[in-house]
Amino acid sequence: MITEEFYAMRAPRRAGAWRMLDEPVRVLVIAVAAVFAAGSLLWTLVSGFVEGQTALAFGVLIALGELARITLPGNREVAPVASAGAIGYTFLLTIGGDTVHHSGWQVLAVVTVGFALGELPHIAAGRSPEWSDVARRMLVIVVITLAFRPFADVLSPGSADWHWWPALLLMATLVLVGWLTDAITAAAVRAERLRTRITVAFRDELRAHAGLGMAIGSSGILIALASTITGLAGLLVFTAPLLVTQVAFRRFAEVRLTYLQTVRALSRVTEVGGYVAPGHSRRVSRLAKSIGCELGMRESDLLELEYAALMHDIGQLSLRDPVASGATVFALPREQRRIAELGSAVIRETGVLDSVAELVRRQCEPYAGDGDDGPPPLGSRVIKVANAVDDLAGEAADTERVQAVLERLRMDGFGEYDPEVVEAAARAIERAVARW
Amino acid sequence: MRALPGAARVYVGLVVLSAVAAIALGPHAGIEPATLVLVVVLYVVTESISTAMYNGKAGISPSAAASLAAVVLVGPVGAAAGALCAAPFVLRRQNLVKRMFNGGQLALVGYAAGHAFLALGGQVGPPDRADFPWVLVPFCAALGVYGIVNALLVGLLMWCLGEVRLQPPRRVRWRTLATLELASLGYGMLGLFIAVVWGVIGAPAILLVLLPLFIARWAFDQCIAEQRAHEATLATLCQAVETKDYYTRGHCMRVSKGAGMIAQQLGMPAERVQTIRYAGMLHDVGKLGVPTKVLQKPDKLTEEEFAAIQLHPMRGYEIVREIGFLDEALGGIMHHHERMDGSGYPMGLAGTDIPEFGRIISVADAFDCMTSTRSYRKARSIEEAFAELRRGAGTQFDPTMVAALITAVDRDGWELPDAVEPPGDGSAVVAQQDHDDPSVPLRVVREAER
Repeated sequence: MITEEFYAMRAPRRAGAWRMLDEPVRVLVIAVAAVFAAGSLLWTLVSGFVEGQTALAFGVLIALGELARITLPGNREVAPVASAGAIGYTFLLTIGGDTVHHSGWQVLAVVTVGFALGELPHIAAGRSPEWSDVARRMLVIVVITLAFRPFADVLSPGSADWHWWPALLLMATLVLVGWLTDAITAAAVRAERLRTRITVAFRDELRAHAGLGMAIGSSGILIALASTITGLAGLLVFTAPLLVTQVAFRRFAEVRLTYLQTVRALSRVTEVGGYVAPGHSRRVSRLAKSIGCELGMRESDLLELEYAALMHDIGQLSLRDPVASGATVFALPREQRRIAELGSAVIRETGVLDSVAELVRRQCEPYAGDGDDGPPPLGSRVIKVANAVDDLAGEAADTERVQAVLERLRMDGFGEYDPEVVEAAARAIERAVARW
Repeated sequence: MRALPGAARVYVGLVVLSAVAAIALGPHAGIEPATLVLVVVLYVVTESISTAMYNGKAGISPSAAASLAAVVLVGPVGAAAGALCAAPFVLRRQNLVKRMFNGGQLALVGYAAGHAFLALGGQVGPPDRADFPWVLVPFCAALGVYGIVNALLVGLLMWCLGEVRLQPPRRVRWRTLATLELASLGYGMLGLFIAVVWGVIGAPAILLVLLPLFIARWAFDQCIAEQRAHEATLATLCQAVETKDYYTRGHCMRVSKGAGMIAQQLGMPAERVQTIRYAGMLHDVGKLGVPTKVLQKPDKLTEEEFAAIQLHPMRGYEIVREIGFLDEALGGIMHHHERMDGSGYPMGLAGTDIPEFGRIISVADAFDCMTSTRSYRKARSIEEAFAELRRGAGTQFDPTMVAALITAVDRDGWELPDAVEPPGDGSAVVAQQDHDDPSVPLRVVREAER
């Protein structure tokens, strides 16, 4: 039996040890971070702790930042204040004039304890973090701190001819390096989960973290530089601006989620109206999304594809009577075209979803195109295949039936379906079955 | 832009003049010209990237950071001079009066904050090690004064423009104001940041500090754009649902507006007013679950057909219940056809058992239906609709909501929909009766009549 879960982006998770086999990269990232965390704690226990007060202040900041973590669009957990605090502690040269001597391992130990304390309330409330994201936050600090701390004594403003240029330059470079490392690890984990190409995932990650990453980096550097003068009292003051940025990003994530919920909910009006089979829009959008991942589409394109797939049948609202059995695949081509045009007109009316409207408008064209406009966009071809699979296989289709449907789409001799998209659909479905 | 009222002109003039006077009078010792130039640059940049929020009426601007950095670096007079000098160079499309007011306002606010800073023992110039942590006391005082004086100056301008009446405190959008104030305070803290880092690395501090500013501004822009896109999409999809019937076009938007007016009249907080606007917009999405031929049936309805119509609030609820932000609106959508005497549908709730939102939407819904043209009758006048609502108050409608709607419409007016004429070729789909119409109830064949 194939249920809604079948097409889910994240296949149903296997429990315990089985899951590790599914996502080796993710497990590796978490393991490396855990090794650094445990190692740093051990090292600090053995070799001793210096400047406890400073460590405590930064530790509290990191814990609070971790407590206030937010989730960005695309299920990306970030904790800007915690990261900035950790970077600040790494780059710390003097506190109100007194040179500090903590080692890189001590930084990591403080970060580990801070993260743990910040996550505890979340875990107690049943909101476990995405461990790979926590691990990545840790690894960024590992990279930056192990590269910077050995030079801290040299860069400290002790001598008379001290200048801030080298320190600032090194800090900026390291932040950049840390950010790139983070993007690469994030891309690897993401590509593995969504089965998309790593280069595509890398570009998505760079884009997703660019803004907040720069804000975190510059705030970290500023905290370190400013502490030279303000001492620890300044820490609180200097996190405020980053908090404003964090609030803005959180609100954005909320609005984005609400938007998606609204479109998802309203896409169901066609089902309630009896125009399409129950759950059709949602199943098509899920399948379309996993085909899109399979084909290496960018995240922004995937979002548009999801919107378009959810609303691909909205044009039916303008029909006087529902199409027979609700499946557009059985309707006359002329009728299909009209539904697409009407739906596209409705979506265009919003004034903000023009490219989504274009995807919907061209969803029933054959894959080589039929006008002067050339072949329809990839998203339209994906929706065409996903819609056909769902219309032909129906809600409660079994594996054999889906295979038969795919075979039928492959054999189609009229150039209706893009063979590449059909193959991608076959792979996406196969994987979903294998995971089931 | 429309002509400014005289009072506003006088006010803007006063603000600018007093700013100039403050700069002319104040002690000029200790203001370094080089630092002042950089402060002007800071003002220009921060003012130029300010974000329009809150319907574009009030702008939240990171200039708080520039102002407070100026207060610390060059003192009250320097801060005022910097603000005024920066005004002509701000890269924004503003008319002269607005530009002058902004410059004068920033100058006065900076001047006041600067004096608060000095009064509590703050020292002009980049703070050094010895100053911390006690410099925070005068700085926070300066920040507080900045917030208060700024709000006063802007509030007075709005009052002169006649855009704000003195409202009972419940009707002010407290949360929006609080968010704006908090954001401004956050930016203000950045001012101290700038001054401190200035002391360590000099002028490049501007560059370092402005980066998070640009990003915060960018994120806010994204947020606003996404919010607008969401609202546009919601409205469009609701309208798409009602294209089924030629005569009910625009119904959801007008019910949304009417429900919002009632809620405002009742003194609901802004959040709830917004939620009920959404509820009003979505109240009839379930109508799609009713077969078209039932909705358009010219004759009396059978019991089954009537039952199908009675189901539409539930259908609507099923569609929208997954939308997270609706929460209270869901009850309103589900119960917008309940009657006060308990004979409504789908649950037959009575009196205050009916959710408040349901009672509000019910009134707005009936009011718009009566004042719109239907295929079987012309639109009624607003007075006729009021009479009908008053007649149903107590049995069908909640008298409080009816009174609120009447007061609100009497005060703010009501835009009647254009009289629609369906195209003559018969292609338009029109209904012969309307389930929303309280003056012409649905005709149902009762079992006994058969």
